[in-house]
Amino acid sequence: MCHQTVSLVARHLEAHGIATMCLGSAFDILGAGRPPRATFVDYPLGHSAGKPFDVADQDAILAAALSGLEHAPLPGTLLCLPNRWDADGEWQQAAASNEGQDSRQPRDDTPQFQLPADRDAALASGALAGDR
Amino acid sequence: MPVMYMQAITARYLRLGYQPYRWFAADSPPAWQPLRKPLREARLGLLSTSGAYALGQVAYHYRDDCSIREIPATTPDAELRFSHITENYLVDPRRDPGCIFPSRALRRLVGLGVIGSLADTLLSCMGGVYSQRRVREEVAPAVLEAMRAQEVDAALLVAM
Repeated sequence: MCHQTVSLVARHLEAHGIATMCLGSAFDILGAGRPPRATFVDYPLGHSAGKPFDVADQDAILAAALSGLEHAPLPGTLLCLPNRWDADGEWQQAAASNEGQDSRQPRDDTPQFQLPADRDAALASGALAGDR
Repeated sequence: MPVMYMQAITARYLRLGYQPYRWFAADSPPAWQPLRKPLREARLGLLSTSGAYALGQVAYHYRDDCSIREIPATTPDAELRFSHITENYLVDPRRDPGCIFPSRALRRLVGLGVIGSLADTLLSCMGGVYSQRRVREEVAPAVLEAMRAQEVDAALLVAM
């Protein structure tokens, strides 16, 4: 879904004069959405910008994606990075499975703060109106 | 072989008895705006669809929230939070925001001279919006306006 959203937003920005690069981990959704430029990194969702606490990995992915801003030759270019998440690719089988339950949260229309204290901080800053 | 998410998700929903989701499939080539200056001189904006917000801001909700957050580029990692309908993908971003909101990596690349400069304000949205019409009519124009206000030459869009 996020990959669909970036594709739609990138196409809009580009049509209004801003060069874009999408960075994502869902090859098929990026392919269908055809953003102007995209970089694919074959990692589990949630890690498009690199492995946790791996500065070298994160910097290399970002630098490679951004170089595509200058060097992607054609509209719709999809660059594939050689990075591998692990040696055996076991995560891919789990991610491609259609077993299991719906992993999404309920479609609740109230703010879903990560931590209870975040609500207090939003109230204190005035960003969130308090209950009367 | 990359994971085929559309196929897997469609099959899972079918098995659960849901209506199939109609994914966006572009029927026309994308627009094309060449980068107007070298990357080492360009000002870069960021959009992360991860539902990132800064401490003190309002979290996203999970029913096609089409709003965006403007997050100061210097926000420390300890003050970055995430709310996204697929919270199961947030385990690592909540430990290290750099997995999906790469403000630190981008600041390092500015320091190395790879990028000219970074926008003062970076953007997020909650990318799990089902209505493609609302992404086109609400999210995309809001992002464009914010990117223009930041006077960026180029934008990096990181999908979760």
